[in-house]
Amino acid sequence: MIVAFIQRAIVQGIPLLFGSTGEIITEKSGNLNLGTAGVMYMGGISGVIGAFLYENSVETVNPVLAVLIPLLASVIGSSFMGLIYALLTVTLRANQNVTGLALTTFGVGFGNFFGGSLIKLLDTDVPSIALSATSKCFKAGFPFADKLGVVGDVFFSYSFLAYIAIAIALVTSFYFKKTKSGLHLRAVGENPATADAAGINVSAYKYGATIIGSIIAGLGGLYYVMDYADGVWSNDGFGDRGWLAIALVIFAVWRPNFGIIGSFLFGGLLIIHNYIPNLTLSAQELFKMAPYVVTIIVLVVISMRRKRENLPPASLGLSYFREER
Amino acid sequence: MSKQAAIELKNITKSFGKVVANKDVCLTVYKGEILSVLGENGSGKTTLMNMISGIYYPDSGHIYIDGKEAVIKSPKDAFDYKIGMIHQHFKLVDVFSAVENILIGLKDDNRYNIKASSEKVKKICEQYGFELDLSKKIYEMSVSEKQTVEIIKVLYRGADILILDEPTAVLTPQETEKLFAVLRRMRDDGKAIIIITHKLNEVMALSDKVAVLRKGEYVGTVNTSETDENKLTEMMVGEKISLNITRTEPKDPVKRLEIKNISCINREGVTVLKDISFEVKSGEIYGIAGIAGSGQRELLESIAGLQKLNSGEILYHNPQTNKTENLRDKTPVQIRDLGVRLSFVPEDRLGMGLVGNMDIVDNIMLRSYKKGKSVFLERKQPKDLANKIIEDLGVVTPGANTPIRRLSGGNVQKVLVGREIASSPTVLMAAYPVRGLDINSSYLIYNLLNEQKEKGVAVIFVGEDLDVLLELCDRIMVISSGEISGVLDARTATKEEIGLLMTKHGGGDK
Repeated sequence: MIVAFIQRAIVQGIPLLFGSTGEIITEKSGNLNLGTAGVMYMGGISGVIGAFLYENSVETVNPVLAVLIPLLASVIGSSFMGLIYALLTVTLRANQNVTGLALTTFGVGFGNFFGGSLIKLLDTDVPSIALSATSKCFKAGFPFADKLGVVGDVFFSYSFLAYIAIAIALVTSFYFKKTKSGLHLRAVGENPATADAAGINVSAYKYGATIIGSIIAGLGGLYYVMDYADGVWSNDGFGDRGWLAIALVIFAVWRPNFGIIGSFLFGGLLIIHNYIPNLTLSAQELFKMAPYVVTIIVLVVISMRRKRENLPPASLGLSYFREER
Repeated sequence: MSKQAAIELKNITKSFGKVVANKDVCLTVYKGEILSVLGENGSGKTTLMNMISGIYYPDSGHIYIDGKEAVIKSPKDAFDYKIGMIHQHFKLVDVFSAVENILIGLKDDNRYNIKASSEKVKKICEQYGFELDLSKKIYEMSVSEKQTVEIIKVLYRGADILILDEPTAVLTPQETEKLFAVLRRMRDDGKAIIIITHKLNEVMALSDKVAVLRKGEYVGTVNTSETDENKLTEMMVGEKISLNITRTEPKDPVKRLEIKNISCINREGVTVLKDISFEVKSGEIYGIAGIAGSGQRELLESIAGLQKLNSGEILYHNPQTNKTENLRDKTPVQIRDLGVRLSFVPEDRLGMGLVGNMDIVDNIMLRSYKKGKSVFLERKQPKDLANKIIEDLGVVTPGANTPIRRLSGGNVQKVLVGREIASSPTVLMAAYPVRGLDINSSYLIYNLLNEQKEKGVAVIFVGEDLDVLLELCDRIMVISSGEISGVLDARTATKEEIGLLMTKHGGGDK
């Protein structure tokens, strides 16, 4: 049972890991994208639309195309969201919080509208779309996982997107610490005026970080539909994972490598109520609060320790305009 | 010896909206020369330098570098022309180490390699005599160390033209001397150096030539050796003004305020005041000197009842009742009613003294709103007072009903000081009352303080310009890291003495 719990916790955690890694990259540029929930939703529905069109246009699905088409669709959808955000906040200098919240509303609305439309097209009794053929291709894992017993179950039983999530988090961590471009990105988020005076193109970094961050977050939505939900899209099924991803950013103190462990922990906390026997319905709801409570505790601990490295990027949430006086 | 022009500005004009910041400015700097740019506040010095370093782009005019016309559209362009600017407000990332800050924005071929770069930085340090721990984080550094990082940053980029915007404003005299030594070494190395300042004595000590700006217009350039402080002031202000502060002997001084062994620990658990004792007499100006952040603010706030103390007492000898009262456990309102006035000017003068969005009359009412019995406000008196302040102190404003926020720093300052003085205090505390003011307004404020002194008010003056402290005050207390490091007679003390005392307990900026 413990093995099953760990497995489910990791599967639960992967969408959060995508979301938080994306959001960390965005926030490191000083852009507080509260639209992550909308971006992830968008990534999910875009993938669903791509898969739906492909599955319904061919007799037998080609596994490579079945993965590539939804992936590409998802990337287009979520990068579009990132582009809107960057355009509004960087070029037009709109308020970041308002823009982010608007994107959440927009992303969820967009997803529910097209999700609903596709369901109508199918004309089925259940209010959902099942893309089992595509999902099968996404879920293909290591063939040798079964032979390795517990080790295989815990470490090798996941689909390729899960490993990509971890790889992206590690690469991002390396990027921040060890590359010049990462140093520049952090400088932009900490003090854009300094970065600007040092000859760094602030706007380019902000655009780049926001769009790449959105694409990564969008993959979380895709993973959720294609792997976690077995290719079944139902409106609002995604829940509040987008907000959990933002909470995870704080939990991980803006470090993608901490985010990996954090996401598994959050995933575990999300489902722990299923593994504790004899819980009443209301007690279950209390347990679902756990990830948020943990985030609050982390915030309290961080502010008590007051270590400068653990604070959010100094200019997070502020727009930058060079000639402002 | 014919010198080569490093940078030449011709007819540079720049305006922000309707405000013309620079008008037809021409300037030439030669290699191996230090040029001071002198001017009052708002005369456009910083704007002009920002155009050379690519932060702003001029509306019209030309810039020539090494004789060729240059277009500087961004800071990156400025680097390409080997121009480096050290801004007044340091452009450093707090959570980065010194090396990381130096490397920001560099796009050379070699890979990101902190070790190799550190070696290169160390060489520069040795060449010009800097002392710096390269792996130290910026937020752990003192102001002077931060400035060193800034200078190394531009040198690392191979800058040949260095611009320093008020580099000495935050330094102690010793640190200033060190900086000047470094700058002279760079000059001898063939670099062109532009330094913005409004301290005349530094201009005289350091520079080869002085360029003067007045209200955005270029007045002229003179050789430092052929001019003196009075002539420069005349060029700057456009008229002759006397730079003398008349200091009178205190008249029958009696003990007014007695501070006994006060200590204070702030919220972060840092001791900001440690066992401070002193007394202030009526009819004297008591100066307090120290590096910014050494506890001056907490000291004044504790007298005004805004800061909780951990131990000690503050005794006030009331001249009306001849009674002695302990201010320590009183609220700010009670203290104010006794006649103790705080005209406190923190870094952000609109933060504690005045409300930016309210007009002059309303701001004056902040002191008197409790007067009168009716529920409605009494507006007549404050309005008269506002007009009186505007007239007496020469506040430049469209009217008494203009929001304070729209006034320039100097005028805001006049309103604040005017209001505090109008309530005829017995103790007047002024912290940095001339910060950011030009020479004219500064002397006006000094004279106001002197007037109060002659009226028998005990004046506490926290200042940063040591020359002024020495000229204006009767006694000077020096604090360092929240401790008294010495009390000097202002008539006999020297700047060097104060400077040494300022760093006695290991510097300010905790």
